Amino acid sequence: MKEEIYILAIESSCDETAASVVKNGRVVLSNVISSQIALHTLYGGVVPEIASRKHIEKINQVIESALEEAHMELEQMTAIAVTYGPGLVGALLVGVAEAKAIAYAAKKPLIGIHHIEGHISANYIEHPDLAPPFVCLVVSGGHTHLVIVRDYGEFEIVGRTRDDAAGEAFDKVARAVGLGYPGGPKIDKAAREGDPEAIWFPRGKVEGSPYDFSFSGLKSCVLNHINHAKMMGEEICVPDLVASFQASVVESLVSRTVMAAKGYGYTKVAIAGGVASNTALRSRMKAVCEKEGLSLYHPSPIFCTDNAAMIGVAGYHEYKKGVRSGWDLNAVPHLKLGER
Amino acid sequence: MKILGIESSSLVAGVAIVTDGVLTGEYGVDYKKTHSQTLLPMLDELVKLLELDLDTIDGIAVAAGPGSFTGLRIGSATAKGLGLALKKPLLHIPTLDAMAYNLWGAAGLVCPIMDARRSQVYTGLYHVEAELQVVKGQCAMGVDRLIQELNGMGERVLFLGDGVPVYKKALEEGLMVPFAFAPAQSGRQRAASVAALGELYMAQGKTETAAEHKPEYLRKPQAEREREGDRT
Repeated sequence: MKEEIYILAIESSCDETAASVVKNGRVVLSNVISSQIALHTLYGGVVPEIASRKHIEKINQVIESALEEAHMELEQMTAIAVTYGPGLVGALLVGVAEAKAIAYAAKKPLIGIHHIEGHISANYIEHPDLAPPFVCLVVSGGHTHLVIVRDYGEFEIVGRTRDDAAGEAFDKVARAVGLGYPGGPKIDKAAREGDPEAIWFPRGKVEGSPYDFSFSGLKSCVLNHINHAKMMGEEICVPDLVASFQASVVESLVSRTVMAAKGYGYTKVAIAGGVASNTALRSRMKAVCEKEGLSLYHPSPIFCTDNAAMIGVAGYHEYKKGVRSGWDLNAVPHLKLGER
Repeated sequence: MKILGIESSSLVAGVAIVTDGVLTGEYGVDYKKTHSQTLLPMLDELVKLLELDLDTIDGIAVAAGPGSFTGLRIGSATAKGLGLALKKPLLHIPTLDAMAYNLWGAAGLVCPIMDARRSQVYTGLYHVEAELQVVKGQCAMGVDRLIQELNGMGERVLFLGDGVPVYKKALEEGLMVPFAFAPAQSGRQRAASVAALGELYMAQGKTETAAEHKPEYLRKPQAEREREGDRT
């Protein structure tokens, strides 16, 4: 009989304290997330020191709940996986120190996981048929990457943002029109009432790098549009404005992803990260992929947001490959995908 | 009774085991490497040398603040993770109390000072001649005010801590009472003192669960202070 592999995973790279138990890299037995969004909304964004303080207060409860919900004991775990980068260093350190101590005391192997590898791996949870190779668009508040997943745990980044992350652009525009934080979900909702063709905003391009993204020019255009309207005393139709802005972001994301899939000859496309929950991105990506004969995969919103289940899935594959971290594992805030 | 002590509130990182009133092992470094890289390898080394079964530990004492916010959290998260896995209680040891305990037996006042930046120190005042007696509980305050208070109390003062090199000149110029600085072996935080105080706490039943433990920063995050209109 095949031995079952259980991973206890911990994630604390930004403002969610999360823990999860994952069986055999596909079955999520528990997925506990303690979100701090309400706290950071007061400040219009994540305050690193406040995030770190919340992590240390919540982390044991979150881990204990994850084990309880899975109806399992720590002793039954095969290994402990933890996000060690990229992210906010103070926030990462809480999860890393906690995971190391647990693994050490429970005499379990420790596996440090790249946060983005986690996001990509979230796709395996609900799509048992999905296996590498495929092209994955990773979009969140801190990341915009176009990645070729050659094998489990083997990546090639073929495109990245040259300035703002897509989610960051959402946050900045949301703040400028008074929608508040977090910008992504607020714009997604407001845009449903608007006309995406009301205002034409440029689609950011990077000369000579067809797969790279740029959102700062677009952001400036939106801000200029708002300032101009204010100067002229014109009222801004927020739904039209944000729908048009969103259409530009979505177009950039979808066109490059599809171009990469075709250019590199892959038929499977996945999306991951917080912005992968965006309904306009999902529907546009779906339509274009259907037209181009590509299969599209995306996680449910609960696995798009920062969570530990995705770290557990990535942890399973790294465990199978024999990856083990030492007791000196450190948080690496600017960790590159595919590096250790 | 066996108590593990963890200290990572400043540049010092250390672990120690106190067994029935005896310091059976201690490992500490005062070096620039991050505590995240040193703390657990030191514990692992100590456990191996002492042929220790971690399950036989009765409690985990941790220097719980004040101190470097990140340093405190590395120590706390380590203690919480160990407590969770071993199902053992934690002992929340005030950083400055443990520092004063380094100098047990000294006459007069013992005054640990940690550099808290912005012209402040984390400090407290203690009598340690026969037992650890808190004269002034740990707090953040300006060095000038500390000097004023000490001059008003008229007792001899023994200083220790990483605030000493930073404020030595100010202390030498401002103090009107006799004073001295602790020598190298007791001049900084020590995990041994955390573990030893932990043994006392354990005997007194002053424990907490690993889940409820959190550091005592003595200072709010900067963003919170600014939002509340305090821009000092």
